[in-house]
Amino acid sequence: MYVSVKGGERAITAAHTLLAEERRGDPAVPELSLAQIEQQMSLGVARVMSEGALYDPELAALAIKQARGDMVEAIFLLRAYRTTLPRLATSLPIDTGQMAVRRRISATFKDIPGGQVLGPTFDYTHRLLDFDLAEVKEPAADLSNSGAVEPEPARPMPSVAKILGSEGLLEPEIPGDETAPVADLTREPLSFPAERDARLQALARGDEGFLLSLGYSTQRGYGRNHPFAGEIRLGEVAVEIQPDELPFPIEIGEIEITECQMVNSFKGSKTKPAQFTRGYGLTFGHGERKAMSMALVDRALRCRELDEEPSSPAQDEEFVLYHCDNLEASGFVQHLKLPHYVDFQSELVMVREMRAQQAALKEAAE
Amino acid sequence: MSYNFAYLDEQTKRMLRRTILKAVAIPGYQVPFGAREMPMPHGWGTGGIQVTAAIIGADDTLKVIDQGADDTTNAVSIRQFFAKTAGVATTTRTEDATIIQTRHRIPEKPLKEGQILVYQVPIPEPLRWLEPRETETRKMHALSEYGAMHVRLYEDIATHGRIATAYDYPVQVNGRYIMRPSPIPKFDNPKMDMNPALQLFGAGREKRIYAVPPYTKVKSLDFDDYPFEVQTWEHSCALCGSEDSFLDEIITSDQGDRMFVCSDSDYCQDRQTAGRREAAE
Repeated sequence: MYVSVKGGERAITAAHTLLAEERRGDPAVPELSLAQIEQQMSLGVARVMSEGALYDPELAALAIKQARGDMVEAIFLLRAYRTTLPRLATSLPIDTGQMAVRRRISATFKDIPGGQVLGPTFDYTHRLLDFDLAEVKEPAADLSNSGAVEPEPARPMPSVAKILGSEGLLEPEIPGDETAPVADLTREPLSFPAERDARLQALARGDEGFLLSLGYSTQRGYGRNHPFAGEIRLGEVAVEIQPDELPFPIEIGEIEITECQMVNSFKGSKTKPAQFTRGYGLTFGHGERKAMSMALVDRALRCRELDEEPSSPAQDEEFVLYHCDNLEASGFVQHLKLPHYVDFQSELVMVREMRAQQAALKEAAE
Repeated sequence: MSYNFAYLDEQTKRMLRRTILKAVAIPGYQVPFGAREMPMPHGWGTGGIQVTAAIIGADDTLKVIDQGADDTTNAVSIRQFFAKTAGVATTTRTEDATIIQTRHRIPEKPLKEGQILVYQVPIPEPLRWLEPRETETRKMHALSEYGAMHVRLYEDIATHGRIATAYDYPVQVNGRYIMRPSPIPKFDNPKMDMNPALQLFGAGREKRIYAVPPYTKVKSLDFDDYPFEVQTWEHSCALCGSEDSFLDEIITSDQGDRMFVCSDSDYCQDRQTAGRREAAE
């Protein structure tokens, strides 16, 4: 006997209850606090803030908790919240030259003014599971064991790009009109060709994995652009706004960011001399992998501007920008879970008719 | 925390209404708009939800269907969303609704003037499978360069002896723009033509809105010698006996037994009730 698919409402409520139970896990295990996530899962928090396009570590921690550690789901939660927020002001451009630097490395020069600062990095760790971490230690014990070095007082460091730029070897930053409004994809849909501001916004919000693979593909010859990590820096910068009623800007807070200036050798074109060109990457929090990938893809997408023939996926503006958003991608891939009875039925009817027709033709031929 | 009426803020609604007005003024033309991130995933009706949120008022009555049915889970979820954020009355009866948000079907009962049908659209561009680039397809629309579409339909006939498209069958609106009707079965295409209701199409992820105003010509593409045809069934609905509605095939046993029932649950329910009444009389 056929029972019609009823009771959707009850099923949804039951699913939500089950989800809440699964999220909590074994109630005998203490519940995670937002502070724990924010402090001890800080790179996850950084990714959720970057791709969620909202600088709020506490809400990002909440999103991660609610999403059971599913980063794309957490990004979704933060984005959906972000859309509802009013726009109170537009900040002035941040000055990363004034960053309170905690890490800063350049792969192009052995020594640079301000020095190389390794900072908190996985780079030279041996990836051996640290079984000591398996034990939860008391806070006091933790402190006494730490060989923490006193951080040096932060000092402003000129960017490596500035040093190269002074010789004219690096293309100058493309001067933008700082009074002109900045593109905002959350208000105006993407159109092509996309200006660089819209592109950088799309990449900054873009999926880390997608950009990583695309950036990697440029290194393997699909749109090679000869990159050097000119500089990667991590630290805090001030965010300022310029209220109409004041003659000077005011600081509204500090954000932690990672910036990557990729320097790419370039043999020159009809209109440009041989020089080094740039790709740019920026993330909230500590996000080097994403910032570097973003810089590679940004440079690849500058191909038209630099008279390079686009030939690879990473150089294809529509392909990259239409597919880099993990919310759009995740939603559309997973919408295949929704019922498609009607389209499927339509195909079924058609396929049966076509098979009958083909069979009839075959029979007639024999 | 409380949200604005129908969730979206008034500025966003104004932007959406402007987009909708433009869409109505240029039937079948896809108007780009700054789609917002909604609290549901892309691909799950965010375009339709934004259109509905922009046009719904406190005295509207909303019906939401998915695959023709009011009780499929996503239809339930969207109906609950508006019941909660807008506090509007909801209904499952086609004739009682002022706004009907739909995925993949047009109701069997004829719509009337004053009603608005809001379609959820996954891919708005009818030329997308022919040309993946938006920059190109926009040009093709601007120049009415639709030869490629006719060639595709012709190639279907040459290879398969028929146009092998069963749903999301392309139409031409008001003699101008070629439009994707969203993945409704081609069975529903004729209902779009000269419909007294306003038809609005929202594609959230792709950030496009388009429209078919009331009493507008909507023609399914075909050839003189291969006229457009809709699906037919050898069966009638096992529940209400209807012989002219779109039927879903239901598998009822491991042996592959099957039955056919109306995909439009409201239509089927009404006919069952009427049938019982007749039997009682």
